[in-house]
Amino acid sequence: MSKSVYINSVGSVSVQKTFDNSEFLNEITTYNDTVASVVNPDYKAYIPPTQARRMAKGIKMSTVSSQTALQEAGLENVDAIIVGTGLGCIGDSVKFVRDIIDNDEQFLTPTRFIQSSHNTVSGQIALGISCKGYNFTYVHAAVSFESCLIDAKMQLENDEAKNILVGGVDEMVKYHVDTHRLIGHIKSEPADSTRLLTVNTKGSVMGEGAHFFVLSNEKQESTYAELVAIETYNSIAQENIPNKIEAFLEENHMTIEDLDLVILGNNGDVDFDGYYENLSTGLFKDRPQAYYKHLSTEFDTASGFAFWLSAKILKTQTIPEVVKLNEIEVSNPRTILIYNQYRGENHSLMLLRKC
Amino acid sequence: MSELKLELKEKIIEQLNLEDIAIEEIADTDPLFGEGLGLDSIDALELIVMLDKDYGIKLADPKQGRTIFESIDSMATYIEEHRSR
Repeated sequence: MSKSVYINSVGSVSVQKTFDNSEFLNEITTYNDTVASVVNPDYKAYIPPTQARRMAKGIKMSTVSSQTALQEAGLENVDAIIVGTGLGCIGDSVKFVRDIIDNDEQFLTPTRFIQSSHNTVSGQIALGISCKGYNFTYVHAAVSFESCLIDAKMQLENDEAKNILVGGVDEMVKYHVDTHRLIGHIKSEPADSTRLLTVNTKGSVMGEGAHFFVLSNEKQESTYAELVAIETYNSIAQENIPNKIEAFLEENHMTIEDLDLVILGNNGDVDFDGYYENLSTGLFKDRPQAYYKHLSTEFDTASGFAFWLSAKILKTQTIPEVVKLNEIEVSNPRTILIYNQYRGENHSLMLLRKC
Repeated sequence: MSELKLELKEKIIEQLNLEDIAIEEIADTDPLFGEGLGLDSIDALELIVMLDKDYGIKLADPKQGRTIFESIDSMATYIEEHRSR
């Protein structure tokens, strides 16, 4: 019989002040923009200056987030580190490629090369804690984070590992913003985060974040929730999504009525929010609903914020007003389903349960 | 020579991302590696590339770096004697 998988700790650096685990969205950062950066913790409190000077922003965010998760789980090391990222340390990748072009393939420096690979984050975390175990990075666009969870879940269920550090990270840099603005994936006009779903414009507000969790097959005092199931789909026709969700729940011996909260990935893109709106007014119309991308912004591993939000809700038994999408109340949320997709592709379902 | 030393300090701070260090804090005779600025072997590679790119100096033997990169003084002296740009 396979073991259950628990979320034993969380760590987050996001557009909101989430790096302090003693708080839960007590202060909300609003913006009126087309992009938004993370609320930076005091990195010097976590990273010695000699190490920080070679760290890209994504690594710094991940170091803080992963250290927070490890500390909360009471661990100094783990059996495996699995990281998901859409673009890795793209800032240094851009600088490295620019150096190659500008200097006619001469004078390439080591620091930018070291940091220009996608697996720099998982490597740096492993070096920091001297973890010689399984180290893997998934680069699967908007299901990068979910791919990590699937891997970790299988290892923990089969008792191949006891504690795994899992995370999703993406940093925002000028080049990425410029190219995504050019192709219309970022909104052309600023959007007010307090009314993101009614701005009725194309594209999304681009951002960044790092979310890390210790997953374990042993429950402990710090445990937030149980990760019951996770599924990803590269493409699904919009009309087939309700069937997929019902089948997913059935596999887990559940129905729509068993869901105490559904968290949706609406990002205010008028071209693609229909995927969520059809569910809000159809399959989930009688279920309490929440959304989060007005708080997290959009990036490849933004669903990590939803995972963090769900874990926090289940542990604190509190649903912050700012995330509520409808007025259906739930007093003691026990089961949460997260549904996310980006631009009609890379759909994911994550099912969490209070324990 | 003093202009070159100032230039080297600026370049080292910028290229090696020594965010918390100001130019005035680096004395001309301070050791760059070890207990001085605390630079390491990756920084040494960065400095070798800098010599090549900015001053046209190619170090045939990286072990030379040990004496050249001892301090700002030693770097400036070596650059003055060997620079081609």
